[in-house]
Amino acid sequence: MIRLENVTKRFSEKTAVDGLTLEVPEGEVCVLIGPSGCGKTTTLRMVNRLIEPTSGRILVNGRDVMSMRPEELRRGLGYVIQSIGLFPHLTVAENIGVVPRLLGWEKPRIADRARELLSLVGLEPDSYLRAYPRQLSGGEAQRVGVARALAADPPVLLMDEPFGAVDPLNRERLQAEFGRIQRELHKTVVFVTHDIDEAIRLADRVAIMRDGRLQQYDTPENVLNRPANKFVHDFVGADRALKRLVRIKVTEVMRPAPQAAIDDAPEAMRERAGAGRFVYLTDDEGRLAGWLDTDDIRDDAVADAITTVDRLQATVARDASLRDALSRMLGLGFRSIAVTDDEGRIMGEVTFAAIEAVMSEAEEHRGPTADGEGA
Amino acid sequence: MKHPTRIRWAVIAVALVGFALLVSAEGMWRDLLGALFPDYRTVVHPRGTLVDFTLEHLALVGVSSALTIAVGVPLGIWVTRRSGREFRPLVSAGVDLGQTFPPVAVLALAMPVLGFGFWPTIVALFLYGLFPVVSGTIAGIESVPPAVTEAAVGMGMSRWQVLARVELPLAARVIMAGVRTSVAINIGTATVGAAIGTGGLGVPIIGGLAVQNMAYVLQGAIPAALLAVLADALLAQAEEGLGVATG
Ligand SMILES: Nc1ncnc2c1ncn2[C@@H]1O[C@H](COP(=O)(O)OP(=O)(O)OP(=O)(O)O)[C@@H](O)[C@H]1O
Ligand SMILES: [Mg+2]
Repeated sequence: MIRLENVTKRFSEKTAVDGLTLEVPEGEVCVLIGPSGCGKTTTLRMVNRLIEPTSGRILVNGRDVMSMRPEELRRGLGYVIQSIGLFPHLTVAENIGVVPRLLGWEKPRIADRARELLSLVGLEPDSYLRAYPRQLSGGEAQRVGVARALAADPPVLLMDEPFGAVDPLNRERLQAEFGRIQRELHKTVVFVTHDIDEAIRLADRVAIMRDGRLQQYDTPENVLNRPANKFVHDFVGADRALKRLVRIKVTEVMRPAPQAAIDDAPEAMRERAGAGRFVYLTDDEGRLAGWLDTDDIRDDAVADAITTVDRLQATVARDASLRDALSRMLGLGFRSIAVTDDEGRIMGEVTFAAIEAVMSEAEEHRGPTADGEGA
Repeated sequence: MKHPTRIRWAVIAVALVGFALLVSAEGMWRDLLGALFPDYRTVVHPRGTLVDFTLEHLALVGVSSALTIAVGVPLGIWVTRRSGREFRPLVSAGVDLGQTFPPVAVLALAMPVLGFGFWPTIVALFLYGLFPVVSGTIAGIESVPPAVTEAAVGMGMSRWQVLARVELPLAARVIMAGVRTSVAINIGTATVGAAIGTGGLGVPIIGGLAVQNMAYVLQGAIPAALLAVLADALLAQAEEGLGVATG
């Protein structure tokens, strides 16, 4: 879908990108990452010809970008720039409608599209369509920037630190939403960041750059487990095992959890526990209402051993990562946590032991390569 | 937002009508200035009516300002384009020089070429009013955040589209501020045209100064001052309109 062949860009003295070869398959997210000034933005801007390479070739959909009219090329590539760059004199709806207008869409179609996209990025259309950019918070502006890039449904998205200007909490929320949108739309995405956590969370493949040169281009798992050289090893950081948890969904290590209805007879509840200690108690819709700790049962007074809980606090959704589950468990002081489906029904549980097992497995996997080169 | 805007337009319309009535009230000026300067034999300039002077003045200001805008705005745009960027210091220096030249000197230089009357004055006013328009246009366009133009180009706008849909709307207010300054300067400077027979409100002013008749001077100066205030209010209101249209 996107191919860079031995691409070099020199600015007078400085070589910003040096012999870069990279292929991003259709529907995948390629995250470009590296220290400031390593050539990420330059690489991205060469794809939509805001900058022209000194040598090498760039193909989009098999066509050399240098053979296309720049305007035509760019209208087919959604672009989110590093500093958002919303048009201050246009409303949110008009900002989103810019590319559709350039493509000559009819007005009603543009208006419908703006509504649809605002909902997609999690902004209530009726309260935002007529707003001006100066009335938006940083996070809202970022969302509008993403909606604007998606407006004409381009198959390719170029995103330069799209979540750079938001606080860590909103950043995680935006990342989660981006993941959801991407699962729905399957765009081919080149995504620039210098946040390794963001890269690991979102990438199908990570391209790690340094001084304009590609250091490793691989899946996040392989970058974490088998760093190609000392630079990558150090760049990824010492907490690789923890980072790996981001890539694993709770459903992958989930096990069945003993459940009983909260209005069941005490004896029935107790029986459900079997050899285990806990039974999850559910309301009549199958959602978590509390649990029974069989160790707390004194003199057969089962009712006294029941704890009721806030369902949303004490569960994780099925698309959560192991790291989400771990931090929730640490926060609550639990040694296991229930996983729920989209309707909030309990699907199973993830235990601390299961997470520990994954982490130690990652350490073994890492193998001698990195340490050998790293020493 | 709509309501106060409409009220302000109404106020301006009333002021314009008031101004028209004022300059056409020959008798009133004669009585008023006669009362102020009882010793003078004549208190209104004999060459024409105040309405004539005012219309001549408006023609001078209108034509010169139209020329200034028609040349100044494109010139300002051009030197912010890639193709004209290298001429920017030259243009800036040029329009700067135009303003440091005393208008009377421009008249003196233009007269041998263009003769007496209307056109030498227009040339002087044009050169004199160019600086605020050109520098306002440059400042306006340069006030557009680079991220915004980058987004526009990156989304596939052509250079013209970037200019027309992004840069000019965002620069409009600053450009209008330059135009206002330019028009205000022109209204004042147009009075010097009377020295070479162009007419306008400068006729009673310069004539009055020559024969030491303060009544004549006031007869020209008061409408000229009111005209400057009115024109500024009108343009400010137009600017507000642009502002509303562009957010
Ligand atoms: N137009 C330019 N002229 C000269 N040098 C440039 C230009 N654009 C970028 N460079 C240089 O090229 C190198 C790469 O810049 P680039 O913007 O691609 O870095 P980056 O990886 O995006 O950094 P950051 O994380 O800070 O955004 C830098 O050393 C920069 O100074
Ligand atoms: Mg950058």
